[in-house]
Amino acid sequence: MKSLTTAPNLPAPPRPTQATAPSATGRERFASLLQRHGAFAVLVALVLVSTFVFPSFGTLDNAQNVAVQASFIAVVALGMTLVIITGGIDLSVGSVFALGGVLAAWASQYGFWAALLLPLVVCGAIGTLNGLLIARAGMAPFIVTLATLLGARGLLLALTHEGATTYLVPRDSAFAELGQGTVGGFGYPVLVALALFAVGGVVLQRTSFGQSLFAVGGSADAATLMGLPVARTRVLVYLVSGLLAGFAGALNAARLSSGVTIIGSGMELDAIAAVVIGGTLLTGGAGSVSGTLWGVLLLAVIQNLINQIGSLNSSYQSVVSGGFLIVVVVAQRYLARARRT
Amino acid sequence: MAPSEAAIATPHPGADGAAPPAVLEAVGVGKRFAGVVALDDVSLTLRRGEIHALVGENGAGKSTLIKVLTGVHRPDSGELRLGGEPVSFARPHEAQQAGVSTIYQEVNLVPMMSVARNIFLGREPRNRLRLIDFPRMHREAADLLADFGVTADVRRPLNTLGVGTQQMVALARAVSVQARVVVMDEPTSALEPREVETLFRVIEDLHSRDIAILYVSHRMDELYRICERVTVLRDGRLVHTGDLAGLDRTQLVSMMLGREVSEVRRHGVTRFGGAHDAAREPVLTAEGLSRRHLLDEVSLHLRPGEVLGLGGLLGSGRTETAKALAGALPLDSGTVSVGGRELRRLSPAAAIRAGISLLSEDRKAEGIVPGLSVRENIVLAAMPRLSRSGIVSRKQQDRIVEIFMERLRIKASGPEQKVEELSGGNQQKVLLARWLCLEPKVLLLDEPTRGIDVGAKAEVQALIDELAQEGLAVLLISSDVEELVEGADRLVVLRGGAVAGELAGDLVNEADLLDALAAHTPEPSAPASEPAASGPPASGPPTSGPSAPGPSASEPRVDAPPSAPHTDKEQP
Repeated sequence: MKSLTTAPNLPAPPRPTQATAPSATGRERFASLLQRHGAFAVLVALVLVSTFVFPSFGTLDNAQNVAVQASFIAVVALGMTLVIITGGIDLSVGSVFALGGVLAAWASQYGFWAALLLPLVVCGAIGTLNGLLIARAGMAPFIVTLATLLGARGLLLALTHEGATTYLVPRDSAFAELGQGTVGGFGYPVLVALALFAVGGVVLQRTSFGQSLFAVGGSADAATLMGLPVARTRVLVYLVSGLLAGFAGALNAARLSSGVTIIGSGMELDAIAAVVIGGTLLTGGAGSVSGTLWGVLLLAVIQNLINQIGSLNSSYQSVVSGGFLIVVVVAQRYLARARRT
Repeated sequence: MAPSEAAIATPHPGADGAAPPAVLEAVGVGKRFAGVVALDDVSLTLRRGEIHALVGENGAGKSTLIKVLTGVHRPDSGELRLGGEPVSFARPHEAQQAGVSTIYQEVNLVPMMSVARNIFLGREPRNRLRLIDFPRMHREAADLLADFGVTADVRRPLNTLGVGTQQMVALARAVSVQARVVVMDEPTSALEPREVETLFRVIEDLHSRDIAILYVSHRMDELYRICERVTVLRDGRLVHTGDLAGLDRTQLVSMMLGREVSEVRRHGVTRFGGAHDAAREPVLTAEGLSRRHLLDEVSLHLRPGEVLGLGGLLGSGRTETAKALAGALPLDSGTVSVGGRELRRLSPAAAIRAGISLLSEDRKAEGIVPGLSVRENIVLAAMPRLSRSGIVSRKQQDRIVEIFMERLRIKASGPEQKVEELSGGNQQKVLLARWLCLEPKVLLLDEPTRGIDVGAKAEVQALIDELAQEGLAVLLISSDVEELVEGADRLVVLRGGAVAGELAGDLVNEADLLDALAAHTPEPSAPASEPAASGPPASGPPTSGPSAPGPSASEPRVDAPPSAPHTDKEQP
C-alpha cells in the first residue's frame, strides 16, 4: 500500500503554538466509559446479586436457558445495531423474523440448505428493498420499514392461510439439529449468535465498511463530501439487517420444529431497546455490538428474574424493561453533555 | 492602491513569465436549481501551482461553483477540464480520485469519530488480514498533524477539539491525499490569528509543490496577502478574472457589490431618508459585545429618531451584532442598555420587554408562520401584552390589525388571508407590523428589503423613514450599498466582527462606504494612527484607506461623533 501521508515538508517546522491538546479529563473518560460499558456493569451487578438472592438463578441449567432464549433476539439486535449506527431504524425485523421462520419450516422438507437459504433470499430481498427505498429514493426509514413490517406480516399470513397451516420441521433432520443440538450444554443458536457477534464486531470496528457506518450516522453530508459511498452503505446495512432477522427466524423455527406465525410481533421494539441500552445512540454515529450483546442479556436476565419470582405477573417484565430504557436514555443525554464540556 | 499596501500583496514566484498550464478549468458552466439560475456561463481557470481567489457576496454562486468543481453538483451546461481533458465527476469521490481535494466551510468531518478516523475515512491503512491497522493509522495521523502544529491525541473524538484544530484536521485530510488542486472554502473563518499563520505556511508549502489552490474568503487582507489571481462572481455570473496585484481594493469590492466606482461617485443623493432630528441621548447603548469567532468588542449606540446603518461585507458580523442586541446570540461578554438601564440577562424575551425588536434576515425561517393568517401573524408577539389571564380579546386584536394593515399598506384580501399567499414585500410588512404593535423603542432591521420587488422595496424604505421621524431608533443592515447610504444618518462599518470605522455627516456616501469596506486591516503589531479620542477598546483598527483612483473630492475620512466609539482619523 502506498503511503497515504505525504505530509507537507513545511519550510519552518511550526512552533508548538497549538495549545489545543488537552488530554481527556477524568470526568470525560468516566462518562465515555459508562456510555460504552454501562450495560455490562449493570448486567454483572444484577447477575451477582441475583445469584445470591435466587438459588435457582445461578444454576448452569438456567444460564443455558437464558442464553438460548436470548440468542434469537440477539441476532436480530445485531442487525439493528448496525442500522441504528447509520442513523436509521428497521421496524420490519419482527415480521421478517416470523416470515423467515415460516419459510424455513416450509422449505425444511427439501433439506437443510433449502431451509437455510430460502429465508435468507427472501428476507435479504426485503432488506434490500428497505435499503433502496431509503438510500436511493430518499424516503424516511421509519415509514419504509413500517410498510415492509406490514407487508412481511401479510405475506406470512397468506403463506400460512391466515395461520391455519403450520409447517413442521422434520424430526431428526439436520435442520432441526441446528436449532436443538448442544455443545457443552449450550445450544447451537447460542454459539451461532456469539460467532455472528464476533464477526459483527470485527466488521464494525476494523473494516472500511464499519467505519463508513459510523460516518454516515455521524454526518451523512460530511460522509458524502469525503467521497464515501453513502447510498451503498445504507442499502447494505438494511440488507444485512434483513438477512440477520430472517436467519434468526430460521434458527428459531429449527429450535421450535415449526414455523410459528404469531411470534415476532413487537420484537423490533425489544431489539431497539437492547441496542439503546447497550449504549448505541439512536441518533446514530456511535455504538458497539458488544454493548448490544449486554443489552440483550440484560433484558433476558430481567425477564428470567421476574419468572423466578413467580408471584409477579410476567407482564411486569415489560414495565421493568421500559423503566430501564428510560433510565438509559436519560443517562445518555447526561453523559453526552458531560463528554462535550 | 496605496503604496503601503503593495508590500503585502507580494505576487508569488511563477506568476511571471509564461503562464503555467491549467490544471482544472470550468468552461461556460451553467447550473440551475428548480428554475433559479445559480451559475450562468461561468468560466474559471486554475493554473498549476497558483493561488486563486474566488470572491463574491451571498448568492453570487461561489458555493455552487465549488460544488461543481468538486463533484457534488453536475453542471447543466458547459464542462470541466482536468489537465486540458474534459471530465465529469459523478460524485465527490471521483473528484477526489482525480486529485481535487476540498475543505468545506462547515460540514466536512464526522464530529463523533476520532481525529485519526476522520483523516483516513475511506482509505484506512490495512494490515495483512485486510483489517484496519489502527496503530499505524494513529501514528500516521499524529505525524501528519504535527506538521500542522497540532499535537492533540488523534484517538479523541473530533468534537472534543477546538474549531480551529478541527479545521486543521480537515486540512490535513485534504492535503494528505495526492491532491493536484485544493479548494478551500473560507478556511480561516474559524481560525485564531496564529492558526491562520499556520494555515498560510501550509499553503506556502502546497504552493511550492505546484499544487493549485482555489481560495475562497471574504477577508481582503488574506486575499491580497496570498493570492495571485482573482475571480469575481456576482449573481451567478463571472464579473472579472485577472491578476490580483494592481487591482485596487475598492475596485474589487465594487465589483463584488455590483457598483461601479465611477458610477458611485457620480451618483447624486436620491432621497430615501436623509437627516433626521436625532435626540442627543442614546436610547440603546451596546458596550464591548464579544463572542468567540463572531464578534470582537463591538460597541455602538442608537439615538431616538435616527437610522444607524450597519455596513460590512458578508461575514463581518452585521447579523450577529443585531442578534446580540436582540438577545438572540449568547455573548461571552458585553452589555446592552436601553434608556440608560442595563439589561441584566440578555434573552429575546428580555430584549422585547425592554423595547428592542429584531426583524430577522431570514424571513422564511425565523419570521413568518406561513400557515397562519395576516392577523395571527401580526399579533403573535403581542399576545402576552394583549391577553388578560390568558384570554385574548378578539376585538382588540382586530383593532390593532386594522390599524397596521392600513398604516403599512399591507395588500391582502383581508386580515384572515394566509400569509403564505402574500408577496414577499407584504410578508415583510406583516413582520414589521408584528414588531411595531409591540411599540418598540428600537427596531433592528436585518436586510429588510432583500428578496422583495422594487415597488415594495421603496415602500418599506419609506416606512423606515417615517418610523424614524416618529422617534424610533432604527438599526438598518443592508448589503445594498445604495440603500444603506441613502437610508442611514450614520454608518458603522464592521469588519471581521469588529467595528472598523464610523461614517457620519457628509461621509455617508457610497464612495466612502466602499473605501471603508475595502480598507486594509493593519497587522496587530503595526503602529496605529494616533487615536483621536479615548474610546473603548471596541473601536476597531483605523480605516486607513487606500483611496480609490480617479478624481475624488472627498477623502475617505472618518469622524468621531461625541459619544460614539471613536474612530481614528487618518490625515492625508
